[in-house]
Amino acid sequence: MENLPAIERTIEAIVAAKQSLPGALLPILHEIQDGLGYIPSESVPRIAKALNLSRAEVHGVITYYQHFRQIPPGRHVLRVCCAEACQAVGGEALAEHARLRLQGSDLTLEPVYCLGLCACGPALQIDETTLHARVTPQKFDALVDALEVDP
Amino acid sequence: MSITIYVPADAAALALGADAVAAAITREAARRGMDIRLVRNGSRGMFWLEPLVEVATARGRMAYGPVAAGDVCGLFDADFAGGGVHPLLLGFTEDLSWLRQQRRLACRRIGVIDPRSLADYKAHGGGEGLRRSRSLAPAEIVSAVTASGLRGRGGAAFPTGIKWKTVLDTAASQKYIVCNADEGDSGTFSDRLLMEGDPFQLLEGMAIAGLAVGATQGYIYVRSEYPHAIEALNRAIEGARDWLGNGPGKFTIEVRKGAGSYVCGEETAMLESIEGRRGIVRAKPPLPAISGLFGQPTVINNVITFASVPDIFAQGADIYSGMGCNRSRGTLPFQLAGNIRFGGLVEVPFGLKLRDLLYDFGGGSRSGRPLRAVQVGGPLGAYLPESQFNTVLDYEAFAAIGAGLGHGGIVAFDDTVDMAKQARYAMKFCAIESCGKCTPCRIGSTRGVEVIDRIGAGQAGQIALLRELCDTMTHGSLCAMGSMTPYPVLSALNHFPEDFA
Ligand SMILES: Cc1cc2nc3c(=O)[nH]c(=O)nc-3n(C[C@H](O)[C@H](O)[C@H](O)COP(=O)(O)O)c2cc1C
Ligand code: SF4
Ligand code: FES
Repeated sequence: MENLPAIERTIEAIVAAKQSLPGALLPILHEIQDGLGYIPSESVPRIAKALNLSRAEVHGVITYYQHFRQIPPGRHVLRVCCAEACQAVGGEALAEHARLRLQGSDLTLEPVYCLGLCACGPALQIDETTLHARVTPQKFDALVDALEVDP
Repeated sequence: MSITIYVPADAAALALGADAVAAAITREAARRGMDIRLVRNGSRGMFWLEPLVEVATARGRMAYGPVAAGDVCGLFDADFAGGGVHPLLLGFTEDLSWLRQQRRLACRRIGVIDPRSLADYKAHGGGEGLRRSRSLAPAEIVSAVTASGLRGRGGAAFPTGIKWKTVLDTAASQKYIVCNADEGDSGTFSDRLLMEGDPFQLLEGMAIAGLAVGATQGYIYVRSEYPHAIEALNRAIEGARDWLGNGPGKFTIEVRKGAGSYVCGEETAMLESIEGRRGIVRAKPPLPAISGLFGQPTVINNVITFASVPDIFAQGADIYSGMGCNRSRGTLPFQLAGNIRFGGLVEVPFGLKLRDLLYDFGGGSRSGRPLRAVQVGGPLGAYLPESQFNTVLDYEAFAAIGAGLGHGGIVAFDDTVDMAKQARYAMKFCAIESCGKCTPCRIGSTRGVEVIDRIGAGQAGQIALLRELCDTMTHGSLCAMGSMTPYPVLSALNHFPEDFA
């Protein structure tokens, strides 16, 4: 755990920069997750202290929102849309295909309920940066193949 | 003179390869020593044509699409930069019948302007509404909004002027303007298109609201699923600092990012979330207009609602009241989604028939099979069978058949859909997203999934139980999450009973 102090420094800096915002909790959690990929448990007491909240309150917020992660994700996070407009064009089959394809993989699969690409589903988001539309199982495999060879 | 070429940077265009097309155009122009100016515009909302590349010519913008990176060399060979003929040439953008048959008001600059440029926004009529409202008294601003007949576009269709008047009439040293950009409904993307394609119009509408009620601070709550919209808004806020931040009605806007909770689109849950808590729905009263964000009087409106405001002042209050039907005034940006051939953004006055949207604009299903069911208004909206496709698109006609327009999302399904499965999904979605405050929604939705599973296993007697459960949810839930989940469930059951046999 030699990188622990670095993580703690990051958390400390984020909390210090944001704690005076009105309603600072979500902005702080977002910045921690954006920086570290997840919200380490050691951030909870620090945030609680800075915002004058109980640890239970901070923990409650982290667990309430689907977006926040308490454990580090895999090398990449793939979000497959599971909402109605994508269901209408094979989204469920794609989600099931993705589940099987990524079993035992070091890539993380998460459901998402709409990416706003509903006229060109099924939709897929990779790492909150890249979007893909009209994703077939074949296209999904090609994307995953590329992620697996290229770290 | 350089040639202006437009390649959308809208999230859907990006998902279909727009960045690679833009890169190829830049590369190819450099290789040929051509001087081009590349504008990354929003999307016109014709997604079967994305990436849609446009070229400015003396006679108007010419459209080519859908363009793949591999087409770019051939486009240059065909002199597309001069509007040359090529198999992908669609004609003048303004002449495309899909656009010409619309009446775009709130969405008219999307895809047209450079969303990064305040100057371009102003060159296309932007800023005029704020300029004029700066010379009006707050009560005059509010009465113009009331007179326009504008109703909230987020789903509940509440008259905007009445809401603003309550905030104006509530004395407080601090008031807030909050924009609901949570856009959680499947099948909707008009807020996203507007935030990415014409963000200054949203900021302008919020600033006018600030003048109207005496608020100097605004928040835009954007769902975390929309990183591109968040980036576009932050850039626009930076670019608008001098414009909005000076003079009378000095106004500051900050973006707040949601965290993947559908119910945080409900306005009081959204306030809880901005304040830094779990998104649990608040009991009303007090109305947010009286005690909202941080306990202060707060205007909460949807993205399209705010974006509709500047034109009321730039063009007059009758711009909306002169259009539409019944008490549904103006236009609504409908969104055609799901299994549809020509999906995208259709802003038209209230009054068309659902069928017109599905077939004249939408071209029927994408799969080529018959359309069987259409869900209107997101996950809390009813499923309509073919026999209801003649329903007129206005709030009153939809209410009359036990449905709603919501935020204007229309999701089409072909005849392979299993409606019992869709009903089950509606219950499951409610179970996942319920904030947990009231029992009918929190527990009822989970029971609903189980009951539908038993029906699927052949226990037809459970259908009565499902109806009873829906009745309890409808009447015993605090907010529309629980009380409207029965809409998709019961409409599926009533119109498609054969799927529950
Ligand atoms: C479960 C639920 C989700 C909602 N989601 C949204 C949303 O994503 N966007 C929105 O503008 N309104 C949403 N609403 C409606 C808001 O509560 C509120 O009516 C709206 O933001 C008011 O703005 P308007 O009057 O401009 O429509 C939702 C309501 C409920 C009950
Ligand atoms: S109906 Fe559901 S989402 Fe709405 S307040 Fe009750 S538990 Fe929360
Ligand atoms: S439903 Fe899948 S992107 Fe909207």
